[in-house]
Amino acid sequence: MNNFERFAGLVVAAVFAATALGPARASSDPSPAPPAKAAAAAPGKPSTSTADHGKFKVLQQGFKSGPEVTKACLTCHTEAAHQVQGTQHWNWEFMNPKTNQRLGKKHVINNFCTAIPSNYEFCTACHVGYGWKDENFDFTAQENVDCLVCHDTTGTYRKLPGWAGHPVYQDTEFPPKSGKMVKAVNLADVAQKVGKTGRNNCGACHFYGGGGDAVKHGDIDSSLREPARYLDVHMAKDGLNFTCGDCHKTTGHAVSGSRYNPTAVDTAKHIRGKEDGNAAACQACHGHAPHKEKTRLNVHAEKIACQTCHVPEFARGGKPTKMLWDWSTAGKLKDGKPFKTKDSGGHDAYDSRKGDFKYETNVIPEYIWFNGQVDYTLRETKLDPTQVVHINKFNGSPDDGRSKIWPIKLFKGKQPYDVGSNQLIVFHTYGQDDSALWSNFNWDKAIEFGMKEIGAQYSGKYAFVETDMAWPITHMVAPKEDALACKQCHTAPGRLDKVPGIYMPGRSGNELLDMAGWSIAGLTLLGVLGHGAGRIVASRRSKGHQGGHP
Amino acid sequence: MSQRIYIFKGFERFWHWSQAFLIIFMLITGFEVHGSYSLMGFERAVDTHTFAAWTLVGLWCFAIFWHFTTGEWKQYIPTFDKITDMVKFYAIGIFTQAPHPYKVNPNRKHNPLQRLTYLGILAFVGPLIWVTGWFYIFHDQWHAWGWDAFLSLEWVAFFHTLAAFIFLAFVIAHVYLTTTGHTPLAHIKAMITGWEDVD
Repeated sequence: MNNFERFAGLVVAAVFAATALGPARASSDPSPAPPAKAAAAAPGKPSTSTADHGKFKVLQQGFKSGPEVTKACLTCHTEAAHQVQGTQHWNWEFMNPKTNQRLGKKHVINNFCTAIPSNYEFCTACHVGYGWKDENFDFTAQENVDCLVCHDTTGTYRKLPGWAGHPVYQDTEFPPKSGKMVKAVNLADVAQKVGKTGRNNCGACHFYGGGGDAVKHGDIDSSLREPARYLDVHMAKDGLNFTCGDCHKTTGHAVSGSRYNPTAVDTAKHIRGKEDGNAAACQACHGHAPHKEKTRLNVHAEKIACQTCHVPEFARGGKPTKMLWDWSTAGKLKDGKPFKTKDSGGHDAYDSRKGDFKYETNVIPEYIWFNGQVDYTLRETKLDPTQVVHINKFNGSPDDGRSKIWPIKLFKGKQPYDVGSNQLIVFHTYGQDDSALWSNFNWDKAIEFGMKEIGAQYSGKYAFVETDMAWPITHMVAPKEDALACKQCHTAPGRLDKVPGIYMPGRSGNELLDMAGWSIAGLTLLGVLGHGAGRIVASRRSKGHQGGHP
Repeated sequence: MSQRIYIFKGFERFWHWSQAFLIIFMLITGFEVHGSYSLMGFERAVDTHTFAAWTLVGLWCFAIFWHFTTGEWKQYIPTFDKITDMVKFYAIGIFTQAPHPYKVNPNRKHNPLQRLTYLGILAFVGPLIWVTGWFYIFHDQWHAWGWDAFLSLEWVAFFHTLAAFIFLAFVIAHVYLTTTGHTPLAHIKAMITGWEDVD
């Protein structure tokens, strides 16, 4: 690669950043995988790597596709693909050791976009692989692993929904019919500039989970690219400037931390490195008694997750998170055409493709006892349509000795279920056919197609059931001066009002005792005032008598 | 004709007034912690309440030592002698300018009602609030010491609050009864100067 090519590559990257970045992010259509901003290759910070990938001959070729790049990577990094293929990022599958439930995106039906079967090409824009367009995807082919999505440092590598995990190899209009162009990726340039995974790599998918910025988690969104200290004490540029991986310590491509099997109560005696545990848990760095001055708080920490006080709200970065998604209203048309309405904040309140939404910022979490065991309502689970269906039930109690009080985002929804079998439904949202809900707005077709795709029986009758889904709040940790103050819980009504099984001065009290106590004090006061008044009157009378006044 | 006698010694007066200040302060902060009102903020109320409690503990170490070395503890030995006279006096005599039925002297500073009340406070209500207060203060250590097996914060708080209400009622009555000397301020003066006018 000569200097001209390198320069040209940079120009392409810059033009891409200038054109695609701005408008795409401002677009009202949330796209799951927008471009990552160049960050890892920050100017003025020389790389400490012992390898300059720009000098490797194998990377100096005119790559036509992602898999070609991967093959080149594997000539040196011989074990990398195998490692990735053992992870959740690749398999989208997780066996929960506590419940023996088979989870992961491949299996779970959530209450956002619900499920991936029959919608692979769209969803797998966030798969660390190439070509997962249907259930026949080859999970063993090493060249299907996408190295670049996690190791790109240029910010020009972008995977779009609909391309089954491939980046765009030709200039492409996206979103379709929007008039906006996404430039073809320069694979050689990206490959020659690979580096350590930065927050923009993780963020390209995780900031946009659920179909748009901040939609899903509430505590992970694009405001974490350059957060102020107030927003994230660990990731602030002028503070610790952590990457995601500094906490989510990764070994052989396996990333620590799990939402399917969370560490609700970290009992490991470790400070990181000394004993195995969840490296991403707060305690892995902070230990179990981190409050040096106010040691009373260490006792609080025996029952209360760090996050409860130190993540005082979620969606704190100015990006509203979705709190409600009601699929039951999807499909309405105006003059035969789909439409959208906006809320006062300019976010979608209704979308013909998806139904009704509610967004919120600076949300006070719900607080629950949580012991780390999560029970999912899966495809095969029978549900009770008269009750709110818990997509994932967080278990815990004040008395089980292994729970702590955790903050969660409780995401509410309404989604279709099979009236015949009382089971959640997989339906077809996206595709270039006449059955996809997002093209034809016909629930019957979308459901029939989806259920056929997974080989499931379908009674032919559907209805909508209320659901909720819990998301542990753990990111966007505030600096200590912005953590909860005592008074926010030690008062009535306070933050932990709905949390049972704890006595909290200032919140709880024995009402009978209070009534009796104040009555006794009040009566005493009345008694002495009366007695005093009597004395005053008596002394006046006797003085009057002695003084001979009439 | 009245004469002046020296009833309350220097330490005793210091003890009384500093204790009075601490108890009233702890009533104010304590009921804020309890959630009855907002004044200085929960956190400051807890901190200052705890600080005042330890100060009172320190004061009490001296007071107990003083009571036993001076023999003053005998002032609190209960007696029912003249107790009906006292009750009658407060109920009737005080309104008819009857003479006080009890004459104090340095060996018998407290009238029988006072003796009983103070003994009750010192022997029952006091310990109740001390013990529950200490449980509160050491709540941090319950788990480490294995106390959480038989202690519940809810009941500790219940008895601590109960004792606080009794103290509150005591303080109200006590302050009022200081006005029942031969002049309204006579008892307070005595507790400040140590000298009491007696007939």
